[in-house]
Amino acid sequence: MSILIDEQTRAMVQGITGGEGRFHTERMLQDGTNIVAGVTPGKASESVEGVPVFDTVSDAVAETGANASILFVPPPFAADAILEAAEAGIELIVCLTEGVPVHDMLPVRRYVDLVGTKLIGPNTPGLISPGKSKLGVMAGYIHKPGSIGIISRSGTLTYEVVHQLTTLGIGQSTCVGIGGDPIVGLSYKELLPMFEQDPETEGIILIGEIGGSAEEEAAELIEREISKPVVAFIAGRTAPPGRRMGHAGAIIAGGSGTAEAKMQALIGAGVTVAASPAEIGASMAERLSS
Amino acid sequence: MKIHEYQAKELFAIYGIPVALSRAVTSVEDAVNAGKEIGSPVVVKAQIHAGGRGKGGGIALAKDEAAVREAADRILGTALVTPQTGPEGRVVRTLLIEKASEIASEFYLAITVDRARRQAVAIASRAGGVNIEETAEKDPDAILKEWIEPAIGLRPFQAHRLVRKLGLPKAAVRPATKLILNLYKLFCSEDCSLAEINPLAITADDELVAIDAKLTFDDSGLFRHPATQELRDLSEEDPLEVEATAVNLNYIKLDGNVGCLVNGAGLAMATMDLIDHVGARPANFLDVGGGATAEMIEKGFRILVGDPDVEAVFINIFGGILRCDILAEGVVAAAKAVDVKLPVIVRLEGTNVEAGREILASSGLEFRTASDLEEAAEMVGDVVKGVAT
Repeated sequence: MSILIDEQTRAMVQGITGGEGRFHTERMLQDGTNIVAGVTPGKASESVEGVPVFDTVSDAVAETGANASILFVPPPFAADAILEAAEAGIELIVCLTEGVPVHDMLPVRRYVDLVGTKLIGPNTPGLISPGKSKLGVMAGYIHKPGSIGIISRSGTLTYEVVHQLTTLGIGQSTCVGIGGDPIVGLSYKELLPMFEQDPETEGIILIGEIGGSAEEEAAELIEREISKPVVAFIAGRTAPPGRRMGHAGAIIAGGSGTAEAKMQALIGAGVTVAASPAEIGASMAERLSS
Repeated sequence: MKIHEYQAKELFAIYGIPVALSRAVTSVEDAVNAGKEIGSPVVVKAQIHAGGRGKGGGIALAKDEAAVREAADRILGTALVTPQTGPEGRVVRTLLIEKASEIASEFYLAITVDRARRQAVAIASRAGGVNIEETAEKDPDAILKEWIEPAIGLRPFQAHRLVRKLGLPKAAVRPATKLILNLYKLFCSEDCSLAEINPLAITADDELVAIDAKLTFDDSGLFRHPATQELRDLSEEDPLEVEATAVNLNYIKLDGNVGCLVNGAGLAMATMDLIDHVGARPANFLDVGGGATAEMIEKGFRILVGDPDVEAVFINIFGGILRCDILAEGVVAAAKAVDVKLPVIVRLEGTNVEAGREILASSGLEFRTASDLEEAAEMVGDVVKGVAT
């Protein structure tokens, strides 16, 4: 088991004929993803790596039964591509695009909730259930199938944590990058219960960062509903207030969104908070053995 | 992206939000002439990208020509220190000369994005002209909110409800409702992350006027607003940051002693935290991004060692799309070109890591290479404690 994606997932790639789309389609196929369709407006009847390309998402769904989509679409067109997929009944949409305007994401988030589509991102490396399926751009080889679920707002920091786990011989059930933007789709509070219910997942790592209140909300939920061991790290303890630290969502504004407040909330909920990013994997190993 | 008050007020005027007659000037003579044209009394206001200008002496009421000259001469060209600028202050290059308003009462009004509720929100308070965060903390009931449904937008009934709760005089109810709706129109059309009027004043004649104006734009929305991009004032930004932005590097100057170069914003922040954890202080945030070229790495490295406060450099790369051999080539090229005397600690992992380590090892330069994050942290700690040889 795993969450959100596995061998049964029938994936579609929106923007498959672009440079990024082609490159990562090949890599996702190598990592075991069952890609059944690609979509690029005006490019129907082409194929990429043997994957048929369609003109519209609804055509692709009708012909192939695709039920998940990953988007390689530039910022000005990302919102429309998400809406097209949601309207066509796609159950899981992964939007990697960095730089989607917040004003575009506000109605999009409302619409995907309305039609019951799960959205991951934007501004995320995607997600992977190692050995089963990958809808993302992370390097598959650093992962190892196993029992730890990871939820993260960051990209390379997640690779770091995966590498620490794999080096310790600890595998991962599913690793989800929720995205570094102020408005994203699924967040900790939706994903934590999925990992709680997944029989294969034995522990959960939560990687957060400054800005917003998603980690505080996660802490409340963990205290109420999560029985599995949770280890967390919050990046940005040393970040100055009022400065956007790379990610559009990583900003301490008006005294809220500080690393300290997030760590305290998580500790209060029984979460092991790693003091250093070098100790995240080891902290989980310790929780599992105790 | 931030802009100046005078620029925000020009946008206010376009969107039908009442502002007082004013003119932006850059010299004392122009300030005096603007004062004459507008007619006394006027307010002389320093234009910098930081709040608390009044407390720092950057805002002066001038009753006559001599007072305008005195205030302009005093403020223009000085480094204004406010609670938000830091001790070094910000040099004032532009003044706004504005017709003084006869203020009867002051309010707070803003529209921003509520991340937790994933919708925009209009915020108003009778406690205008002061720090809204303090008000929110001491007296949360004094803050009025109307959440905005994204597909529907801010409705007139909501704006009207805010105005009624604020208790504005009857004559001001309709214009204030209109003003709030216009501010929302501006907030959406211009891709703002914040549109704030603090204070919004009611004059002795029950007229509304935006005394201050603050607009912050969503950087991700700037691509569709070329005119807004023109409003960017590079003199308000750190020169090293401007240099970095020009080559697509994400750099923020901090006040520590260990410079760091990292790929990915989350890992960059975590690396700063790690430096702090071992008893040093990060000198910067630098995310070279996923698709960095050897040239970008070289430029980033030069910016780091160009900071006189930096005593050691820590390069932390988890290669994915950015390959370790590309990174190593850039670092070696830069280190040779600038003849670096500082200790450089390198931790590489990920795509093509062996090739990257080989390039560093055979460069003839003295890099301290760490095999994992734990060891890298120890090396950084040793260097700042001065025990490393």
